[in-house]
Amino acid sequence: MFVSYKWLQEYVDLTGVSAAELAEKITKSGIEVEGVEILNEGIKGVVVGHVLEREQHPNADKLSKCLVDIGEGEPVQIICGAPNVAQGQKVAVAKVGAVLPGNFKIKKAKLRGEESHGMICSLQELGIEGKIVPKEYSEGIFVFPNSAEVGADALELLNRDDEVLELGLTPNRADCLSMLGVAYEVAAILGRKVKLPETSLEPSSEKASDYVKVMVEAVEDNPLYVAKIIKNVKIGPSPLWMQTRLMSAGIRPHNNVVDITNYILLEYGQPLHAFDYDRLGSNEILVRRAKEGEKLVTLDDVERTLTSDHLVITNGKEPVALAGVMGGANSEVTDDTTMVLLEAAYFNGATVRKASKDHGLRSEASARFEKGVDPNRVRAAGDRAAYLMAKYAGGEVLEGGVEFDALTVEPSVVSVTLEKINRVLGTNLEMKDVKEIFDRLQFAVKIEGDMITVTVPTRRWDIKIEEDIIEEVARLYGYDNIPKTLPIGSATPGKLSDYQKRRRIVRQYLEGAGLYQAVTYSLTSEEKASQFAIEKRDTIRLAMPMSEERSVLRLSILPQLLEVLKYNSARQNDSMAVYETGNVFLANGHDVLPEEKEHLAAAITGLWHNHSWQGEKKPVDFFVLKGVLEGLFSKLGLTDRVTYVKAQIDGLHPGRTAEIQLDGEKIGFIGQLHPSVQKDLDLKDTYVFELTLKTVLEAETESLQYEAIPRYPSITRDIALVVNKETESRTLWEIITKAGTPLLKEAYVFDLYEGDKMEEGKKSIAFSLKYVDPERTLTDEEVTKVHERVLEALKEQAGAVLRG
Amino acid sequence: MQERLKELQQEAIQKVEQSSSLKELNDIRVAYLGKKGPITEVLRGMGKLSPEERPVIGALANEVREAIGATIEAKQKALEEKAVLEKLASESIDVTLPGRPVKVGNHHPLTKIIEEIEDLFIGMGYEIAEGPEVEQDYYNFEALNLPKGHPARDMQDSFYITEEILMRTHTSPVQARTMEKHKGKGPIKIICPGKVYRRDNDDATHSHQFMQIEGLVVGENIRMSDLKGTLEVFAKKMFGQDREIRLRPSFFPFTEPSVEMDISCKMCNGHGCNVCKQTGWIEILGAGMVHPNVLEMAGYDSKKYTGFAFGMGPERIAMLKYGIDDIRHFYTNDVRFLKQFSKTE
Ligand SMILES: [Zn+2]
Repeated sequence: MFVSYKWLQEYVDLTGVSAAELAEKITKSGIEVEGVEILNEGIKGVVVGHVLEREQHPNADKLSKCLVDIGEGEPVQIICGAPNVAQGQKVAVAKVGAVLPGNFKIKKAKLRGEESHGMICSLQELGIEGKIVPKEYSEGIFVFPNSAEVGADALELLNRDDEVLELGLTPNRADCLSMLGVAYEVAAILGRKVKLPETSLEPSSEKASDYVKVMVEAVEDNPLYVAKIIKNVKIGPSPLWMQTRLMSAGIRPHNNVVDITNYILLEYGQPLHAFDYDRLGSNEILVRRAKEGEKLVTLDDVERTLTSDHLVITNGKEPVALAGVMGGANSEVTDDTTMVLLEAAYFNGATVRKASKDHGLRSEASARFEKGVDPNRVRAAGDRAAYLMAKYAGGEVLEGGVEFDALTVEPSVVSVTLEKINRVLGTNLEMKDVKEIFDRLQFAVKIEGDMITVTVPTRRWDIKIEEDIIEEVARLYGYDNIPKTLPIGSATPGKLSDYQKRRRIVRQYLEGAGLYQAVTYSLTSEEKASQFAIEKRDTIRLAMPMSEERSVLRLSILPQLLEVLKYNSARQNDSMAVYETGNVFLANGHDVLPEEKEHLAAAITGLWHNHSWQGEKKPVDFFVLKGVLEGLFSKLGLTDRVTYVKAQIDGLHPGRTAEIQLDGEKIGFIGQLHPSVQKDLDLKDTYVFELTLKTVLEAETESLQYEAIPRYPSITRDIALVVNKETESRTLWEIITKAGTPLLKEAYVFDLYEGDKMEEGKKSIAFSLKYVDPERTLTDEEVTKVHERVLEALKEQAGAVLRG
Repeated sequence: MQERLKELQQEAIQKVEQSSSLKELNDIRVAYLGKKGPITEVLRGMGKLSPEERPVIGALANEVREAIGATIEAKQKALEEKAVLEKLASESIDVTLPGRPVKVGNHHPLTKIIEEIEDLFIGMGYEIAEGPEVEQDYYNFEALNLPKGHPARDMQDSFYITEEILMRTHTSPVQARTMEKHKGKGPIKIICPGKVYRRDNDDATHSHQFMQIEGLVVGENIRMSDLKGTLEVFAKKMFGQDREIRLRPSFFPFTEPSVEMDISCKMCNGHGCNVCKQTGWIEILGAGMVHPNVLEMAGYDSKKYTGFAFGMGPERIAMLKYGIDDIRHFYTNDVRFLKQFSKTE
């Protein structure tokens, strides 16, 4: 809502309060003033001039040579390029020395050999947006009414010596979508009175009811309809002050009748519609729901196909307006209109919203109906419009309004105790402070003991309950004046849950290991959504996605991380390590919430280590990433419960991929990206993993227990085994560990050889075995005995022989 | 003989002093003090001497031996030290060359901001509550005093999946769920961080996915002044002790009274600049007293219980705090962007 500071003064005295101060006060009491525009900022030296003579410029077809009286000394010669300049006009002249928006300075000039002492201005040149300039002046200069005084300040006449406050209204304060609403608010803030506009009329001998009948079928959609008849109107421009006020509010002036309905919309917040009575095609108004497929050509010359969701005004047979949204072209007011049927009605907001949404027609009128209008202002707005039509369109307003009225309007009455007000706000207000606030708001109050009962005027339909009343008190008392305290009462221990703590450990660990945390989108394409999914489920699709690329909920994080690698690689960062933790979404069926599981994914590509001046360069490989993962499981106390089982996964290298299991259950995978995928993404060798982090973080672990450091020396035996190439180290390790208990403390691979010296299909794998007894020093013989058993088991179970 | 010994002593000491390596020195030792050396030779000839002369010469010979030995000893030490110094000199390195890099990553800036806020409130007795990102219309809207058809639903155009299920548009449903779980009993003090989704086109200031972090306190006698005090503690810790805060009345369907909080602009110190659109203030969060309908719907007696809630956008906070100009940076994950947030403040 744009509020003209000058206009507002018609309703409330603003003496001593500048526009900027007013803006600050309004903001602090609840309505954010998003900006204050000074309309004549950067403009000076523009006066009313009288075009005494106009002739064709001798050397230019499109220029006129004008002699203009600007109210000082001799008339001056001005060259003008506007097509509509003519002798006798009163125009806006920027004198020599004037400044126009954009710091455009007017100087004496010679145009095609003719001197020009100034410039005749269009409204656009005076800083008014082209789309709100009246149509007749949009392609040329503006022409003042003949009454304008030569030499007078043109900006003042155009009401540009004004400031406009832009209110950012929240949905509850639709009452301030009108000048009167704003006036009540400002009056409450300043503690001043509201002055209501003039509506008194000359009595007429004819009755409106002799000219029209009003019937409403759709009572719920339209509980109140008032029709007024204005005869003998003369269509013409509206007064300049009205036009300038409309423009300052961002509305383009048209003609007196249309401007008056728009003016009332701004003044009262009540949308009105003017029909050309003679073009209605009947003398009845019937309001009903449209028939399916019924057609209406609206004012914008678009044919609308209607449904039974839409409310229409009809002449008894066919629609003449889409109620509350836009009038029909068939009954539009034209230059020839002499009799107007003025509609003032109360339409249901939801009905109007449906129609404006279906037809993509949001207007100042529909917006007000949608947000609500004051039911008690409908008649007053109609009366005020009729008054203005009589005054500025020469019309005769017929007696009375023709009404359909099924609207019951009860003001809300709300009671609250002073104790409650102070308890909720933490204040120490007294009853007189509270009463004073409601006096300022012009709400009637009744006080009984500690109880205050407020009767809320219908113009503030947002106030219904105790808390609304408390809010009015708080905002007018001033949020600044509320004390600052901290909650008292039983202390609560602030903490992270075990899960949250572990999640933070995971992040810190991975970052310590060299990975950057990424955050990507949960919405992706159908294609990417289920790539690399650990659990296969149906994808979940948005009902109305904005793009195919963001239409489906992800089942895995990895595809997004690969996008991150691709993005960076294309920007000369081809070595990178990233991880992400986030939810994936597993469908559970229609209208059932999906299961959300937190996943962890990581991807590394290019060089893992690069110490260039020492010539150390290590590209990423499977075991780099596996090492990171092993460190993570060790940190979480899960090392002994995690196993890696060779697997085949779409998109990963068939020979370099493993499923990760926790206690034998699949929790994720690790592997190299398939070379063809790497190529598609233009990536170097890339290794990835993804896990169901939720399962990992929720795994119960044993509490930490100290284990005694062995006091006796250990004996180490190294063995090099020749086995089939396919035999996995894990298998051998398990055999060794099982056969070596209890003396065997540790066994690990320390060498692997698969070179040419080996027999076809064989490899050599070497383990280091450490034997120790916590109770005593082991003898060589004892160790040998166990060690032989280990070798025997290896031979028997894996065909492993010692390498000769 | 005495003269011979003196001569030897002089000769040996001279040689020792002239020697320049440990090997040379060792050769001198062997040559003079060895079993085949001239002193031994001299001593061997002692048989020809008179018994009176023998002890004199013997003592002299020992003196000479010791003198040579001591000189050698001293020289050896000097040579050894020299050798060490030479070795150290040869081992000298350019200490200005870069070290072997240790790989370190860091938190995403949004995580950094969120953890900072979480920790701040944990210190004030809050717990961290989380909830689903795909929500029922009921928890996302209805339980928050936004019944179907409510005009404020327009304020947050949403991604629906079915008529009843949608991507949550704020983290407030976590508050509704937490209250429901508490079955009408207090106190509750929670912080709810998480991802939220709105039907916006991605541009420099809009993102269809973003983070939100909200707080909720419910109890008997929770006052609006408590909200004000809590927000001030938060703002000063997060943005600096020298920041002023300002509360303005506002509107949210789930709070009443509602509040918007501004902090004084850091760029211009409240004098007005482009960042604060000449107002001197920057909007940082929305808050308010929990609407009685919200309390009642979650099973609380709104006559007895009151509460406050607040919510803010980590993206916005990060953008203001670090001077980031485009919200899309958070989701593009350019490593040149990510690695700038490793520093501890
Ligand atoms: Zn500023």
